[in-house]
Amino acid sequence: MAEFTIKERRQIPRHAMPTQDPLERRTNFGEVALGYSESEALEEANRCLACRRPTCVTGCPVGVDIPDFIVALREGDLDRSVRILKGKNSLPAICGRVCPQETQCEVQCVLAKKGEPVAIGRLERYVADWDLQRGAETPQVAPTTGNKVAIIGAGPAGLTCAADLARLGHKVTVFEALHNPGGVLVYGIPEFRLPKDKVYAEVGCLECMGVEVVTDVVIGKLFTIDELLTERGYDAVFIGSGAGLPTFMRIPGINYNGVLSANEFLTRVNLMKGYQFPEYDTPVKIGRRVAVVGAGNVAMDSARCALRLGWRRAKLEGGQPPDVHIVYRRSAAEVPARAEEVHHAREEGVIFDFLTNPVEIYGDDKGNVRGMRCIRMELGDPDASGRRSPIPIENSEFDMEVDQVIMALGTSPNPLVFRNAAGLERTRHGTVRVADAETGLTTKAHVWAGGDVVTGAATVISAMGAGKAAAADIDRYLKGEKAEAE
Amino acid sequence: MLTYLPSRRSSITRWEVQVYEIIEKQVFSDVTKMVVVRAPEVAHKAKAGEFVIVRVDERGERIPLTIADFDREQGTVTLIFQEVGKSTMQMGMLEVGDGFANLVGPLGHATEVENLGTVACVGGGVGIAPIYPIARALKEAGNYVISIIGARTQSLLFWEDKMRAVSDELVACTDDGSYGRHGLVTAPLKEVLEARSGEIQRVWAIGPAIMMKFVARTTEPYGVKTIVSLNTIMIDGTGMCGGCRVQLKAGAQFVCVDGPEFDGHLVDWDLLLARQSFYRVEEQEAVERWQQLVRLENVA
Repeated sequence: MAEFTIKERRQIPRHAMPTQDPLERRTNFGEVALGYSESEALEEANRCLACRRPTCVTGCPVGVDIPDFIVALREGDLDRSVRILKGKNSLPAICGRVCPQETQCEVQCVLAKKGEPVAIGRLERYVADWDLQRGAETPQVAPTTGNKVAIIGAGPAGLTCAADLARLGHKVTVFEALHNPGGVLVYGIPEFRLPKDKVYAEVGCLECMGVEVVTDVVIGKLFTIDELLTERGYDAVFIGSGAGLPTFMRIPGINYNGVLSANEFLTRVNLMKGYQFPEYDTPVKIGRRVAVVGAGNVAMDSARCALRLGWRRAKLEGGQPPDVHIVYRRSAAEVPARAEEVHHAREEGVIFDFLTNPVEIYGDDKGNVRGMRCIRMELGDPDASGRRSPIPIENSEFDMEVDQVIMALGTSPNPLVFRNAAGLERTRHGTVRVADAETGLTTKAHVWAGGDVVTGAATVISAMGAGKAAAADIDRYLKGEKAEAE
Repeated sequence: MLTYLPSRRSSITRWEVQVYEIIEKQVFSDVTKMVVVRAPEVAHKAKAGEFVIVRVDERGERIPLTIADFDREQGTVTLIFQEVGKSTMQMGMLEVGDGFANLVGPLGHATEVENLGTVACVGGGVGIAPIYPIARALKEAGNYVISIIGARTQSLLFWEDKMRAVSDELVACTDDGSYGRHGLVTAPLKEVLEARSGEIQRVWAIGPAIMMKFVARTTEPYGVKTIVSLNTIMIDGTGMCGGCRVQLKAGAQFVCVDGPEFDGHLVDWDLLLARQSFYRVEEQEAVERWQQLVRLENVA
């Protein structure tokens, strides 16, 4: 293999991600980003300067040894690359697709100072997909310790915590309320961003490590946390139940038919595969004019799903393609979604209505949505979040003709998990109160928590980071190195 | 059982083939079926008023069904359903030895059972199934239980004997007069409320939404608190989707986690009825497609 000088490496341009054409992809649920070819991956890998003190690693919530896996890749040793990657990250095919690398590892890349950073996420995806393609190697597992850990929720936090504990030799059971594991990765994130078979394959890898994944179990109902710790004999519990409760605006007309939470809409489309109705039994309706309220990643996902289903309907039945609007009370500068998602949504034809806030939803005599009254907003002084606060402009109300309204306004943790969990404290936001923010130890002995259930709705990778930190602390506790926290 | 469909080519995950086995089945009528399903942990926790969600196979909808009975010793829950759509039709074809792909529960709040004195339990159609464990629990708590059960026609009426066994008085009626009293459940209910003015402490009513609406309307002038158990469109059953929300006088609530039982006098029934019919077109399409597949299957 030819050796490059640092100067030569700096001169290689960053490889764009091959994507499906926007006009084509808006009619299907196939993946938008197609992934690097072998030659593209190798060339991109050659851009890495393999810094001795890599700054990119400091940006990674799970601490992946980024330059090491990239060097192994460009040396053609994919086997080693996989081992390095999976040494820190048990779900790389997922992270390679949904992590916001531009604000984490890639923003820290030294190349980003003068030009474009190494496409770390795309390389991660390339290596992870190669591993899945060959049937996925099972990471080495330590000899069994005899300790039992229960994990509540098979989402990013729980799966990461499970993987790390299993690797250390503990017996782990993951309880999932829905019928398939993955949490938000399967009910929330659409197929075109994260194919479900990748999620199930990576969960399958955890099972090969000895993790038991049990679905159809609602903790708080079927078993309580106290029962897990007593009669069920678990030595520790990790709560990773996420933030699953939808938020509805407190405006008139919110219960008309056609107004739904992004959670409901996305669950119908993704988990229940409503986009394949009637082959799958769960129906999903798409309006002619759809308003998605909010501008986070969930809002982008909802808008892009609605757009695809509407275009497909137009293709199959004729008629007009749908109008899909993102309605957001702040301006483009404050949009919380990833820039890439916003870019993709725009390319596909989603319309953005900024500085606009709904004040009332109208229905017809059958109880169906027929319109939404909105008010124009302007930006005032920064609020508690540091963003300029939106202020309604007097007498600027106007009506939007819509027949579907999807509320994507954020989510909060599900209170069910708190039932019969004496001593487990909750904040006024409904999140689990942690006694130790570093490790996720809660106010209840033997119980840790991490991810959205602690932080409120955040990112997949931050949840994974929390799962990882908790796993390390649970391991210390189980090994008796740490006094029982009571 | 139809285990496959002609176009079946799906990727099934391991978690979708855990079979909750049917160990007993009874056919009450062409459209009303009862299955006893092995689910020991659910049976261990189940209480009157709670529900489960089932999925018939890996392509299935998540269907909420109120628990009609449970047997902790045997480790089973009993479910009764009426074939009204594709999913329930498919469930109706399951036989002993078959099973559900998924069953999750118990969900929702249990009925608040206490000794109130005299109470009335009204069950309409397939709603007789969930009213039974409530009547039994109320009887066990020491109440004088007056039960009124009704259905459109005789063949849709079931469990009269079981209901009689847990009731001090029982009235059965059919809309068409083919059995028992001729007429709707609201007529005998009104008579009871008149005859025992001030005596009836509470009414429970489970049945079609329209029946519950009129039961609530019947009891309202008498000021008798009326508990209804709502069966709305729902996906996860844990508070996640919000599809089941119901408008009460004080604001919206979720049937899955705040209910399924609510004070019938506070429910916005017209909105509830409108929400229930939201997917009617799709439901019809699914039924037609299913019936065609069944016909093809029978020919082959």
